[in-house]
Formats: sequence, C-alpha cells, structure tokens
Amino acid sequence: MYLADARSVTKPAGPGSDPGRQASTSHDHHRDHGREHRRGRRLARASLARVVPGTVLILGTVSLVTDISAEMVTAVLPLYLVTELGLSPLGFGLLDGLYNGVSAVVRLVGGHLADRGRRYKATAAVGYGLSALCKPALLAVHSMTSIGLVLAVDRTGKGLRTAPRDAMISLASPAGTQGRSFGVHRAMDTAGALIGPIIAFFIMRTTVDGFDAVFTVSFCVATTGVVILLLFAPSGDRSPAPAGQVPEAAEAAEAAEAENVSTRAALGLLRVRELRRLTICAALLGLATVSDSFLYLLLQHALGVPDEWFPLFPIGTATAFLLLAVPIGQAADRFASWRVFLAGHGGLLVAYGLLLSPVHGDWLPIVVLLLHGAFYAATDGVLMAAAAVSVPAPLRSSGLALVQTGQAVTRFACSLLFGAAWTAWGDRTALAAAAIALTGCVALSALLRPEATTRPEATTKGLPAR
Amino acid sequence: MSTRGRLTLLFVAILALGGVAVGSVVRASARADQRDHQQDGGPPVTAGQVTLSGADDATQQQQDRQQQGQQDKDRQQGQGRQQDKDRQQGQKDRQQRLVFRNMLWGPHRDELVSVPAAQPAGARTASGVHCLRFYAAGGGGICLQQASGVLQDTYRAVVLDANLHERRHFALTGIPTRARVSDSGRMMAWTVFVSGDSYAGGTFSTRTSILDTRTWTLVRSLEEYQVIKDGAPYRNVDINFWGVTFADDGHFYATLGTGGKTYLVRGDVQAKTVTTLRENVECPSLSPDGTRLAFKKRIPDAPTDAPWHEYVLDLRTMRETPLAEQRSVDDQAVWLDDHTVAYALAGDYGSDLWTVPVDGTGSPTRLATAALAPAVIG
Repeated sequence: MYLADARSVTKPAGPGSDPGRQASTSHDHHRDHGREHRRGRRLARASLARVVPGTVLILGTVSLVTDISAEMVTAVLPLYLVTELGLSPLGFGLLDGLYNGVSAVVRLVGGHLADRGRRYKATAAVGYGLSALCKPALLAVHSMTSIGLVLAVDRTGKGLRTAPRDAMISLASPAGTQGRSFGVHRAMDTAGALIGPIIAFFIMRTTVDGFDAVFTVSFCVATTGVVILLLFAPSGDRSPAPAGQVPEAAEAAEAAEAENVSTRAALGLLRVRELRRLTICAALLGLATVSDSFLYLLLQHALGVPDEWFPLFPIGTATAFLLLAVPIGQAADRFASWRVFLAGHGGLLVAYGLLLSPVHGDWLPIVVLLLHGAFYAATDGVLMAAAAVSVPAPLRSSGLALVQTGQAVTRFACSLLFGAAWTAWGDRTALAAAAIALTGCVALSALLRPEATTRPEATTKGLPAR
Repeated sequence: MSTRGRLTLLFVAILALGGVAVGSVVRASARADQRDHQQDGGPPVTAGQVTLSGADDATQQQQDRQQQGQQDKDRQQGQGRQQDKDRQQGQKDRQQRLVFRNMLWGPHRDELVSVPAAQPAGARTASGVHCLRFYAAGGGGICLQQASGVLQDTYRAVVLDANLHERRHFALTGIPTRARVSDSGRMMAWTVFVSGDSYAGGTFSTRTSILDTRTWTLVRSLEEYQVIKDGAPYRNVDINFWGVTFADDGHFYATLGTGGKTYLVRGDVQAKTVTTLRENVECPSLSPDGTRLAFKKRIPDAPTDAPWHEYVLDLRTMRETPLAEQRSVDDQAVWLDDHTVAYALAGDYGSDLWTVPVDGTGSPTRLATAALAPAVIG
C-alpha cells in the first residue's frame, strides 16, 4: 500500500477554492484531472485519506514524535548544564549567529540534494537520524565546546530535513488542499512540542538526577520517528504529484528534468517570477518580524506580569498555533495562501500595536499570544503552501528551501537590528520602529503581489468546469 | 514490503525502543534508593537544630556549657588575663560554625547542615531545609530551592529567619546560581540563569534580584537600574548582571556583562544606579573588613572549559593578586576570615569546598567534601 497515492482521492479543487488560483494551474490541470479521477475511484475506500493525504499524516506523526524528543531535551538542558555539569551557560548565545548561518546553508544544500534523484525520503531520514544520534551523544560529552558541537549537529539535522519533508507534503497534496495539509502537519508538529516538556518533567520527577533517562528516552522516541519515516513514508522515486503549476514553472520543470535537476536548474528557479517575488516578499516581511524572545520581553515590560508567568508565554503561542493551524490552513486554500500569509503579518502588526497602546488589562497577554500563535499558523505552513504552487515538482524541495532560507536569514538580521534599536532607543521606540517597518513591508508586499492570480492570461481561460 | 510486514516491523521497533526507554527510567529511579542510603566513609549526618545566630545546635550548646563551667572555675582560681583572652578567642572559633548545602548521599542530601568552623570535616547537623543555593548573615538567610509544580519544576527564593523558618518566598524565573545577604541580614540578592525561549534553545541570560527584607521591596531585575559605564549612561539589550556582594545595606558590588565583556560595578540601592569600575571581574566577594574583593578573572589563553582564575583585588590600590589555586574556579568565593577564602570545585558528589590564602601564598586545602554554598555563622 502506498499511502501517498491516497492524495489523489481528494478532489482537485474544493467547492470553495479560489477560482483565480485554480485557473493559474490550468495548464496541467486538464491532463491531471482524468488521471486523478481514475486513481481516485480506485482508492476511494481510504476514507481518512479523503480528508488529509496519508503521507501528510505519516510525516505529521514523524514530526510529532521528533518534536516530543527534541523538546524533552530542550526542557532539561539548561538545568543539566548548570547543576549536573556545573557549566556557566552565559555566552552560549554568542554562537547563535554562527548556527543560524550554518543552518541556512545546510537547508539549501539539503533541499537541493533531495531534488537530485528525488531522494526526499532519504535526505529527510538522514536529517532525522542525525538529530536522533545527538541525544545519546549529549550524555557522552561534558564540556561546553563539545556540547555546543552536538547541538550544532542537531540543528544541521533539522536544517537538512525541513525542505525535503515540506516538499513531500506538498507533492502528496493536490492543488487547492496544500494549505490544509501543511496546517495539519504543523498542528501535529506543535502538539509534539507541547507534549515533550511534560514527559521530561515526569521522568525527572520519578528519578534522581534523571538526565540520562531523559536523554535515553528522547533518543528512543526520535528513533521511533525515523523508523516510522523509513517504513511508511513514500519513496520519492515515483512520479511527482500533479500539484498546480504556473506556466513558467512548468518550463523550468521541463528544463530541470532535461538537466536531471542540476544545480543550474535549481538556480534557474530564481527566474520563475512568482517564486522570486514570493521569496523577496517573505524575506522583506522577515526583516520586520521581531523574534519570540523579544516579543515576550516586551509583553512582560508592557504589563509588568509576575516573573512566574514568563515561562507560560511560549506555551500560549504554541497552543494558539496548534489550534489555529488547520482552520487557517483551510482558509489559505479558500482565499489564496499568499493573502492569508500577508494577513498573518497584519495580525502581528495588531499585536505590536496592542503592546504599544496605553490600554492594559488581564486580557492583553491572552490576545497578544493568540495573535502571535495565529501569526505562526498563517505564515509557517501557509508560506510553504504558497511557494509550492510556483515551484515545479522536480525542484520542489530546492524551491521551498530557497523561500525558507530567505525568510530565516532576514528574521535573524531583524533580531540583530532590533537588538541594536533597543540599545539605542529603548524597548518601546524599538517596537514602534519595528511596527512602522512591518507596515511598510506589508504594504510593499501587497503591491508586489507574488500570487499567481495576477496573470491575466491564466484567469481568462481554462477555468475548470465544476 | 506488505503493510502487515511494515506494521510488524514498527511494532518490534517500538517494543525494543520502549524497553530501552523504560529500562533507563527504572535504572534512574533505582538511584533514588541508593542515594537515600547513608554513604560510607563520609562524616556522620544527623538531624538536629540548626540556627543562623550564635552557637545553638545540640552538641555545640553542650560544648559551650562545659566550656563556660571551665571558664568560671578558672576565674575563681584567678588565672592570668592573657590566658582568659586566648580562651575567649578559642571560644569564638569554636562557636563559629559553617552552614552549607550537604551533598553527601543519604537521607539528608541537599539539606542545610551545620558544622563547627574548627572541624569542618566533622559530624554534620542536618536542618531538614532543602536548598540548591544558600547564604546567611546577620541572623537572616536566603535559600534558593526547587519547588515541584503540576507540570513543570519551579524555583523559589525563601527568606529564612534565624531559626530557618520561612518569612516569605518569591518565585524565580530560572535556575538558581548565586545568593548573598548583607552583613546586617537586611538586604538579600540572588541570581538565576534564564534559558532562551527559542525552539532550538541555546541562548542564556542571567537575572539578578535584590530584596529589602525590612520594607519587602523587591527589585526583580537589576536591569531596572540605570547603568553608568565609563562615566556615561549606557543601555543595551544584552546586559546581564550576576554575583552581587553587599558592602552595606545601601551599596553593593556585582558583575555586569555586556558586549562580550564583564565589568565590576558598584551599585547604589537608593539611587538605583550601577557604575562600572573595572573590566574582567566576575562574581566579586567583599572581604569582612571591606577592603578587598575576591573574584574570578577570565584568562585570555585559558581553555574555553576552564576559563577562570581566582584573584583578589585590593580596592585601595586596585592591585590584583592571583591566588595559589591553579584550577578554574567557577564560584562566588566566601571569606572565612580576613585571610582565607572558600570556594566550590567539582567533586565526587557534586562539589567539594576548598580554601586558599588570599595573599597568593600557600596551596589549596580541601575544607569539606560533598558540600556547596557555605556561610560563616557567629
């Protein structure tokens, strides 16, 4: 049984799909429609997969399990460093910039390697496996330098697997359901991040200095994730999914196929106008996205909330993300993912505004965290859904990696800039500056309109008959 | 491979991995029993009363009574004045005690214990109060302890009276590392490590709080204070404070970290300012006579895992003296008297306490095994 095949069961376009977006995919659509129809009947019995493709559920499970494992370690690592190893973790953050740079490069390399010979599954498995191996390694090393190294390898694994995994999700999901598929995946992923610390806490409670037990269990959980991936995720060597493509993307796809996904073909992605614009816009918006830790600090400064509430802030964001990922993903399918992506940044702008406004109340942290979670729900998976349409299937992983990297690099730049602004002007002025920058970036992105619907020739002909 | 085959393989894998996972948890919880048994070879630890003023635990009181009787007898017999003075000094030494966190395995693990200062390796009297970090002076104590929450562990700072009873407690946002009390027992300060909130972890910062136990005014973070660096107001998001040591109830020294450098700062509680004095000074500890600071200094060529060397800074001449301890000390030292400092180094049971003369001479001596966070009482 190939669970991935179940994707074809889903109708190519839901009743509420954006007609413009649908139209843009018309070139491939006629051909795909018949093929999907036949396969759809054959696999109609897979009722669960009617809602979400099996591959997405499998990859969601892998991510859930992997995030449990990762967050178990994250929850106890500071305590482990301070109490068990007696290390002073100050200055640990200095390497952060280096990690981020390495991570960006690894992501691009991973994305491209996965496209070559369509080794999505193999590349992702290496990434997940690398991170799993880092858990027992943590027990073996005892110095700050070596622990830093293990954490860097862990991040390398994460960088490697992200783009191939997202490519598998998008390739398994028919056009018009990408948003929902990514929403389901991100919700499962976030659920794992919430469960992990709780498991770690219970292990620590039943043991004495049970860091070794936490790391061992974390390793076992991570390995289970790799096993699930290897056994149940589809191999990438079958024909790529008929997700919607813009004409230029189709040309690039042919070129890519002809050149057997060479590096040149991957670089050629930048010639695809939609993808280029999307990358530019995502990067632009990333430049005005204040990092989580700054936002939580601002929230605490604005409200003067008790210290013991502080650890609850990330949990609040994650919970909102978990609850909103699927509905907002579905909204992305209905109203075009790009618009939802932009609206998510609008939500973040409202959160900035609330933090700057003189109104205070017990409801404020709840609303801000809800908006923050909604921002993630409307940007994280939705951006991938938006990008998937513009990237030809053979280059899907490279294309998604490109967009992700553009965003990650500018977000990191933003945290540096924001830190400098905070130093120079103080927190409120810095936030006001970020709010102005975000307004500008949103306006500019709205003007650029990278969505495929702007193509007049595509909207005037080939509307699928429904 | 068939679906059935895959599911069987998954089942087998989960069974095997689950076995390893459960085994590791069982093994780690079995350690609890092991650590509850009194460890062989260490000093005896028995429950008793520990206080933070004068001499008070049972054996000490007994010793004192005997000594007092002897003294009265001596006086009646008209002994010389010098002898009397020596005895008073001796009595003071004997009355002086060390209270610290006991790390010996056994039922009193992690409790505050008391030992006579003259016999630091001797029998320990356990108080039943659990602390990760501790300090005391002037009859007041601060105990940073772990408190089990519903779904996560939390930490709190407990202000103790002279009988180790809680006066008030305050929630902490991170892992306790440093604690200090002013000589009068009125002002208290503590530092915790706060880990980053980012998904991948990795960023750490410190948060230092100062509490006035007379007015119960709490400065949650020293970052609320105005920083004056090199004579001008200074602001930066990367500012961290740690390691407060009090000069009196209104002034203190501490470490300020910013831009990859550390500075010795002098703080003014009333004015809410800290002023930088000198670079590369961490975890200062003021001598009883208030003239010198013991501190850890980052050595440029030292390995990254052992970056510090313990120094003493003379505040009048601003001259630094490296101490004879060659190992990297990551602790805020405690002055046992005007000539000796004590500090913790990693040991077989977490950490041991060591001492070294403050003039750079001599060599390090082990004060007590399986001990951490000492305070001199009396």
